[in-house]
Formats: sequence, structure tokens, C-alpha cells
Amino acid sequence: MYRILLVLGLTVVAVIFLLPSLLGESSAGWGFLPNRKVHLGLDLQGGTHLVMTVEADKAVENALELMVDEMRGELRKANVRPKSIERVAGPALQVVVPTEQSDPLSQVLKDRFPNLEVKGSQTVGQELTVQLVFYKAEVQQMKESAIEQSLETIRNRIDQFGVAEPIIQRQGDREILIQLPGIQDPQRAKDLIGRTAVLQFKLVREGANPEEYRDSKKLPPPGTQILWDAKKDEFGNRRRGSPYVVESRTLMTGDVLTEARVRPGELPNSRIVSLDFNARGARLFEEITGANVQRRLAIILDDTIYSAPVIREKIGGGRAIIEGNFTADEAKDLAIVLRAGALPAPVTVAEERTVGPSLGKDSIRQGMISFALAGSLVVLFMVVYYKFAGFLADMALIFNVAYLLAALIALDATLTLPGIAGIVLTMGMAVDANVLINERIREELRLGKTPRAAIDAGYERALPAILDSNITTFLSGVILFQFGSGPIKGFAVTLCIGLITSVFTAVVGTRVVYDYLLSRRRLQTVSV
Amino acid sequence: MELIPPGTKIDFVGYRNVAILASIALIAVGGAIMVLRGGFNLGIDFAGGSVVQVRFGQTATAEDVRRALDGADVGAVTIQDLGGVANEFLIRIPQVPGQEESMTKRAVDALKAKFGADKVDVLRVESVGPRVGKELRQKAILAVLFATVMMGVYIWARFEWRFGLGAAVALFHDVFLTLAALILWNYELDLTIVAALLTIVGFSVNDTVIVSDRIRENMRKDHRAPLAAIINRSINETLSRTILTTGTAWLVVTVLYFLGGVVIQGFAFALVVGFIFGTYSSIYIASPVVLFFERGGGASRRRA
Repeated sequence: MYRILLVLGLTVVAVIFLLPSLLGESSAGWGFLPNRKVHLGLDLQGGTHLVMTVEADKAVENALELMVDEMRGELRKANVRPKSIERVAGPALQVVVPTEQSDPLSQVLKDRFPNLEVKGSQTVGQELTVQLVFYKAEVQQMKESAIEQSLETIRNRIDQFGVAEPIIQRQGDREILIQLPGIQDPQRAKDLIGRTAVLQFKLVREGANPEEYRDSKKLPPPGTQILWDAKKDEFGNRRRGSPYVVESRTLMTGDVLTEARVRPGELPNSRIVSLDFNARGARLFEEITGANVQRRLAIILDDTIYSAPVIREKIGGGRAIIEGNFTADEAKDLAIVLRAGALPAPVTVAEERTVGPSLGKDSIRQGMISFALAGSLVVLFMVVYYKFAGFLADMALIFNVAYLLAALIALDATLTLPGIAGIVLTMGMAVDANVLINERIREELRLGKTPRAAIDAGYERALPAILDSNITTFLSGVILFQFGSGPIKGFAVTLCIGLITSVFTAVVGTRVVYDYLLSRRRLQTVSV
Repeated sequence: MELIPPGTKIDFVGYRNVAILASIALIAVGGAIMVLRGGFNLGIDFAGGSVVQVRFGQTATAEDVRRALDGADVGAVTIQDLGGVANEFLIRIPQVPGQEESMTKRAVDALKAKFGADKVDVLRVESVGPRVGKELRQKAILAVLFATVMMGVYIWARFEWRFGLGAAVALFHDVFLTLAALILWNYELDLTIVAALLTIVGFSVNDTVIVSDRIRENMRKDHRAPLAAIINRSINETLSRTILTTGTAWLVVTVLYFLGGVVIQGFAFALVVGFIFGTYSSIYIASPVVLFFERGGGASRRRA
């Protein structure tokens, strides 16, 4: 009796979970139904799966780079005159001072730079060379925060870009997993995420002819560097344009930004991006523009010059604009990355899997056809081979698929193409339990047992084999789940759930029918 | 309906030496194929690199695609015409560290320039960096090994150690021969293949469990019969079930192979051949191993 209640109860629960997916929109008003549908994986609904590696080492290098200026300032205050201060490979900070200044140098290091440790020092003639590195714990923490901050920044960018139900999470040591379902232009999203977005303002060196440096054979004048602007090719990709000679010193960076917005430009259908600075930025910008009237100020994003307008007058009010030949999307994306801020370290794509919407539709269609055909063949075969018992096994199979789908919805599992294959495979393997039972019943009948005794013995004797064989398959499914990602996990999930539901429907579900028939004493012969 | 009439007595155990020789020969041939083909044909999941699957809105040949990509500086691409589907091609772009992204973009741009942007439907783009490829490779090998050993241990715990050993040997046999078949038929090894291998492991051990279960039952019923006779009887008694279950499972994976689409074709192929090896090995590999160690397990058998 308990069996029939169990089957009925589970069936009701399964139907409740399945209804929203079956009815589509028309079930919206039925408040008692759970508001869940089959969750399709990226390979079925289309979308992009990205794994980005955060080059956290670069964040440490950048931090050391910043120490160069700081070190110079502190040493000057202490009247230490270094021969050179530079960042060297390692990464380390290398300071060269005359030997007689070694004591004041160590004093400055001790007082002002407690986060640096001396990795090595040597005296050659009258010069002392000291190599400094961050403490290990400091480096660890720097990398950690670079990854956390990258995660936060990327999340901000994607939120502002507007993707429904994105997944952005840390994966492993220094990777970020990003899933963007149903995205129309994956390249654009990738550009938006991958851009480091370091905004810098530098002065253009007057009197130098940039064309001389185009083939990069000639070294730029001391204190300057060559940067390029971008030209668009026929596909709208930005390619290297013309060279500029700019002063190496960065006057201002994007960290003073409070807002970036797209505005219409002066020409029809043109756009500019306006920038708002905070108080410190506004003051800085006023000083810079005031001191350099008539010179050109280069606005640089990730080492590419966006524009280099001539400063007409001192600019107060903490506002600047970036002009450029932007499309609407480009301007929007530029504003997003400026608003969300720079990544503390560059990120690179370690893995990308993008499925276009049309392939996803194809896959669903092919999966459905395989499912329908494979299912019909199995159902047909069972009923031909076992007659009534085969019909029972087929009913169990249908209930099994319903339970399986309901479980996927209830557990919020993702249905992928290999997952559909897993459901198809489950149908082929699920009948095993009923085959085992039916073969046993046949054997017992051959021994001359009554139908009731044969059925009892059949179910009872087949059970250990059914359990053992399904547990082993279940184990390999669990290992697969541990190993796999995305689509493969989807397969492992459907396989494992399918095993559980199939054992239940085959062992408990079909038994209910026999119980009923036996209780009414209608069963004179077993059709198996 | 009955495929195998009751009372069938095929002397499986008698043929075991022939079967074992056949398996050894197959494994040798498989090994030779692996060596001759220069090892596995690793897909991008394990080797790194990129694939782009495109569909053209007009008639195109692999040669057209190659010409379009010639000037795009994307390295030594291979182009596969996904026959049967109209104008669909799979373009494989070899690994250039740090360049995966721009390579696929360059390839797509070149195709759009040649065929027109509205005629090119980019169905799928996948890129895997070298580090990820290496990681996945290690994980895949570990997963398959671990699954195989786990199965052996489980059966050891549920039955006897010789059954566990027999199952593990049978599983290695199945996995090895399936891999050889994949190489012979030029399928790429990717993550879905690993999923297939683990499924084969689960399926094959399934059969072994059923036969072992019956052997144990028959041992209890009949203490005096020689083990060989008991194994033979058990295989014969479960033969009908073995053929039916393998049949239905094989039926559905064959359907998947023909109708499931190009993305899971390799996966379905591995299952189609793997299920055959799996069933065969339960009868001809796992049971002979049990028999081979009869002396060792004889004492415990009498106690059981």
C-alpha cells in the first residue's frame, strides 16, 4: 500500500514542477506552481563561456613601478642622491647610491618602506647597489587583492553592459569564470571584459617629428616614448594608426574619475565621452591645463592614444571630454569601462566557448529527434518482447523521463546537449532493471511457481543485482561530475538522476501494478 | 518472445583461451594503430588551440574557405566539410600561445570579407589556452584511472577480490580498445570522449556485476560444482538479459550517433564501440580472471 502512495505522491510533485515548462506563458497566473523552467545550458541557448586568467604578477610589477617615484621623493627629503632607481626583472627595485650614503639609505628604507625587504646588495668601487622586493606575504596579498578587484570590476562592467543572468565567479587560483547566456555579440563583450582600461593623461613633446619613429628603429628622445593612435579598418577593428612622441611622465590617471557618460558631439551623429573628476582630480586637471596652454594633451587608454587636443586655456570645474570617431556601441563601452575603473592587472582569455543561437537551436532539435526516435524504438521493443510486462516497463520508462525532467527543474540543474544525450542513454539503460526482473520471473515460472510466487521471487532476487549495477554506474557518474565542466557536468547530472529515477520506477512503480492485480486475484497467468 | 531459449548451454568458458588470444591480438593491433598514427588526435580541449564552426548562406567548398583564410595569417588551419549539413565547415586553428582570441577573430573577419558579413553565420567558437589544455589532460587521465580502480574496489568489497580484479582488467581492456577505435576512425579526443569513456566504464561494470552476482548465487546453491561449470551456467542464465540490455543501450547510442549532430558525434561513436567491448569483456575477460585465480579464492568460496 505504501508503494502506491509513494508513486502517486511523487507523480503529483513531478507534474507540479513540469507544468510551467509544458504550459509556457499560459501558466503565469497560476500562483501555486513553482516559477521554474528547464534551465538550458549555454550550448543550447547560445552564449559565451569565458575563463580569464588574471596576470596577477603584473600587479606586483606595477606596484614596484610606482615605488620608483616614491623612493626618489623620500630619498631626496633625506638628502640621499641616488645614481639610479629602476625596476628590474624579478621583479625588484634596484637603487644605486654612493657608498658613503649607505647609512642614510638604510634609515630611509627602515622608516619609510617597511613593506620592502633587501633581497641583495653589493658594493662595486664607490657604488652600493641594493635590490629591494616586497615581503612574500605582501606579494601574496597584492595578488589576491588584484584578483578580487578584477572580479569586482568585471562584474561592474557586465552589469552595466546589461546581460541577463550572467555568472561571474572566481575559479581556482587566479582565474575568473564568466558565463554570458544569450549574448548577441560575444566579441564586443570579450573586448569590454578584457580591456585593462588604464586611462592616462600625458603631454605631447613639441618639436619632435613622430614620423621619424614610425619604423621603430630610432630610439625616442630621453624622457619620451612613442605611442600610437588607432585607425579603423573595414570591419571596424581598431588597428595601429599614427605615432606620437609623448612625455613618459603620467600627469594624471583615471583613478580620479567619478563619472563617464556618452554625449552627442558637435557634428551630427557623432559622440563624445565626457568625464567628471573628483575634487583632487579637478584641482590637478586645472593645474595641468593652466601650466600647459597651447600644448597638446594626449588622452591615453591602455597605451593607445584616443585624442590629443590642444589646450586652449586653463580648464576648471573638473570636466574633460574624449573625442573620437566612435560608433554608438564603442562610446557606450568606453564609458562603461571608464566608469567601472581599470583592472589592477591585465587579464587574458584562457578558455573561450561561444555557441551561436542557431547552433543551439539545431542542437535542441537534433536532441529532441534522437530522444523521440530512441524512445519509440525502446518502447516498441519492450512491448514486443515482454508483452504485458513490457508494457509495464514502458510505463515505467515514461514515468522515469517525467521524474527525471522534474528533478532537473527542482534541483535547478542545467540541461546541456550532452545532458540530452544522457537522457536518451538513460532510456536505453533504464529498461535493464525491468529486463532483469522479467527474466527472473520467467525463470521462476519455468520452475513451476505460481504467478504470485514467481513475481515475488522475481522482484526479490533481481534487486541486489539491480542495485549493485546501478551503484557502480552512479559512481562513475559522480567521478565524471567532479571532473567535468559545463556541458559534461550536465551529462553527469542527468545520468545520475536518471539512474535513481529508473531504479525507482522499474522496481517500485511496476510492482504497484502487480500488487493491484494480485490483490484482486485477477492474475491467473503472468504475461511476460 | 524469446531470443535465447531457456536451457541454452554455450561453453563460454571453453572458448576463453580463444577469446583471450583474440583480445590480446586486438590490443596489439590497437597499440600498433596508436603508434603508427603517432598517438592520439587531441582536440583543442587537451592540445589547446581554436575551432570555429561556420555556416555559409551560399554554396561554398572547403577550397573556397581555404582561399579566404590564406591571407588572414592564422597559421596552418585544417578545414573540415561537415558533410550532410549544408555549407557547414569546421575550421581548426593551431595553438599560438596568447593569440587564440585574435586568431579566431581574424579568421572570422577574413571569411566575412570574402563571403559577405550577412552570409557568414558563426555557429561556434572555442579557444583553449595551453595551460588549461594541460590541466584538462591530467584531470581526464586521472578521472578515467580513478573510475576504473574505484569500480574494481567496489566489486571487491561487494563480492571477492578476484571479481574486482577481473572487473578492473576488463575495464582497462574496454577503455584501451575504445581509444584505439577512436584513433582508427580519426575521431578527436575531447572532453565529451572522456565522458563517454567513463560511461563505458559504468556500463561495462554493470554487466560484470550481473554475471558476478549470478556466479555468487550459483556458488551458494551448489557447493560441489567446479567453478568453471558455475561460471558457464551463470553466463548462460544471464545471457538473455545481457543481450537485451546491451541491445537497447546500443540502439539508443546508434540513434544518437546518426541524429545527435556533429557536436556529440565522437561521443556517440565511442559509446557505440565501447558498449560492444564492454559486453564482450564481461563475459570473456572478467570471468576468466576469476577462474584463473580459483585456487587463491577457493578457501573463501567454501566458507561462503
